[in-house]
Amino acid sequence: MNGQKKQGGSGGQDGPKGQKPGGGKKPSKLSWGFLAVVIVIYIATAFIEPALAKKAFGIFSGILLQVVPVLVFVFFLLFITDLFIKPEKIAKYLGSESGVTGWLVAIVAGIISSGPIYVWFPFLSEMREKGMKTGLAATFLYNRAVKVPLLPLMIYYFGFAFTVVLTVYMIVFSVVVGFLTALVVEAGGENA
Amino acid sequence: MDLQKSARKTANSFAQVVPVLLGVLLFISLVNAAVPPEVYAGFFTGSPLVDPFLGALFGSVAGGNPITSYIIGGELLSIDISITAVTAFILSWVTVGLISLPAEMEILGKRFAIARNLFSFIFAIILALLIDYTLSLAGVTL
Repeated sequence: MNGQKKQGGSGGQDGPKGQKPGGGKKPSKLSWGFLAVVIVIYIATAFIEPALAKKAFGIFSGILLQVVPVLVFVFFLLFITDLFIKPEKIAKYLGSESGVTGWLVAIVAGIISSGPIYVWFPFLSEMREKGMKTGLAATFLYNRAVKVPLLPLMIYYFGFAFTVVLTVYMIVFSVVVGFLTALVVEAGGENA
Repeated sequence: MDLQKSARKTANSFAQVVPVLLGVLLFISLVNAAVPPEVYAGFFTGSPLVDPFLGALFGSVAGGNPITSYIIGGELLSIDISITAVTAFILSWVTVGLISLPAEMEILGKRFAIARNLFSFIFAIILALLIDYTLSLAGVTL
């Protein structure tokens, strides 16, 4: 890892079992335990309701096909970020001193990022480890709901006025959610 | 620049995230298969406060591609479910992830994940009411 910078390194005490969120840790038993539980539920479903299990697995295959390219992109981004982006840069644009710029960067990055919300968790973990403010990570995730390519579809279903009002409110309240999340995390004894 | 170190770190991240993501995807698929969209409609009461809460609750549990939430939301609107309920539903669909919560807690930390999801849930309801109020002020009806 490229130099752990203390400033704004918010992940440290928040991770499970005292681990730092971010790429350097080993997979925990919780990760595999969760997968094992879900697989057991599938096996039980296959015995009780085979048609439901088959349908669910079909949906899973479809989602997986959509997710894999984004996941590959995210891990490539993780690799590049670790390789080239120094904590000083993160601190400048997304750290505790980033001010309005930080919020704007988080909002825009959240809007332009694609794919399901959960594929971005590892990337945000890495960024937090490098000094990204906790509130900005939450703001980034909230803005994942504002998807420019999907706006025409939303307009089709709900109309132009609804779409504009919803989008504006979501962007504004993404900052509120980020701010409040940071407050709670900070109250737990962590830098936000 | 340390290529090997960065590659190793990325591989460790991958090994940590993939089992949780697979679990989340499998679980979302099972919920979506078990609960067809029309099931949601039966729960709404017509109450201006209970319905947005229920909308946010269903959106939090289901999750997935936003397009699906628009389609379900459109169907709910067409059978006269309130716009506040539908708005809370499509907002929480994307911003709250009960099913992906274990993954979020594991990767970003318990306190962060719980606080973020809780605030997103609360604001899905508040925003639904605010949006409805704003649209009614502007004289827009859906």
